[in-house]
Amino acid sequence: MTARIGVVTFPGSLDDRDTQRAIRLAGAEPVALWHKDKDLKQVDAVVLPGGFSYGDYLRAGAISRFSPVMETVIEQAKSGMPVLGICNGFQVLTEAHLLPGAMLGNNHLHFICRDQKLRVENAGTAWTADYAAGQEIHIPLKNMDGRYVADEHTLDMLEAEGRVAFRYVVRGEAADGCGNPNGSLRDIAGITNEAGNVVGLMPHPEHAVEPLVGSGRTDGLPFFTSILKKLVNA
Amino acid sequence: MARVVVDVMLKPEILDPQGQAVQRALPRLGFEGVSDVRQGKRFELEVDGPVDDAALARIHELAESFLANTVIEDFTVKVEEVAEVGK
Repeated sequence: MTARIGVVTFPGSLDDRDTQRAIRLAGAEPVALWHKDKDLKQVDAVVLPGGFSYGDYLRAGAISRFSPVMETVIEQAKSGMPVLGICNGFQVLTEAHLLPGAMLGNNHLHFICRDQKLRVENAGTAWTADYAAGQEIHIPLKNMDGRYVADEHTLDMLEAEGRVAFRYVVRGEAADGCGNPNGSLRDIAGITNEAGNVVGLMPHPEHAVEPLVGSGRTDGLPFFTSILKKLVNA
Repeated sequence: MARVVVDVMLKPEILDPQGQAVQRALPRLGFEGVSDVRQGKRFELEVDGPVDDAALARIHELAESFLANTVIEDFTVKVEEVAEVGK
């Protein structure tokens, strides 16, 4: 028996199919979930994919957060179900207050699309166990609203509790994907909740899962193998 | 009928690159002497029936939970009487 991992499609989601594909490549069973449907079809975990759900109207993720499917996702996430938010999914998770802080427009006001170098800061979450702490990986980044902000108190708390899951690697060549791409405070690319079951990040691991396409790297695959192992061994 | 206006602004400590871009464009347009611009959002809610304390309390709740993200934004709620327009 393998694990069933749901992928929510909102109006305006872009990467739901790629995410399903990444889940399949990792050996789990992807299950399509619909934003209007409260039913999670008994999945073991949920991914909120990238895109521009509800056109990013009001604020990125602000309207999606009140969709019927999110009612159940929020409830289940609070009782321990693993949830991964990628890009727009991360924005939805902050709007839903499942993760602290908020996402704002990139400080340079441009859309950015590049292969970004990240450092794995926390390899103890449900979605990062197949990485090693301190490992540096390249993951595609593509967004308009990628600037992570939170007040100083919250940032200090995240650091103290080891809840910064990924940081942009700022030292090194820009051509190698180094640098803070959007003005995120403390170079934060992704964070986790206290329990480690909810993780959100701006870069797109689902676009780095097979050698044939994209950058040719498979640095994103461990997200999906991590969760599979966790669920199968549970 | 009344109009309730909700103004939403980024908190002062939050960087506003859009406002900065507007500010930097001003000298090119011949506008001098504006040292800072912050950009926000204005919502105009046309409310049926009287805007009493209960209605205002609900709108306040709406602003706090939806129209503004209080992690990064402040908001104000004010009532504006709308002049009756002949139909």
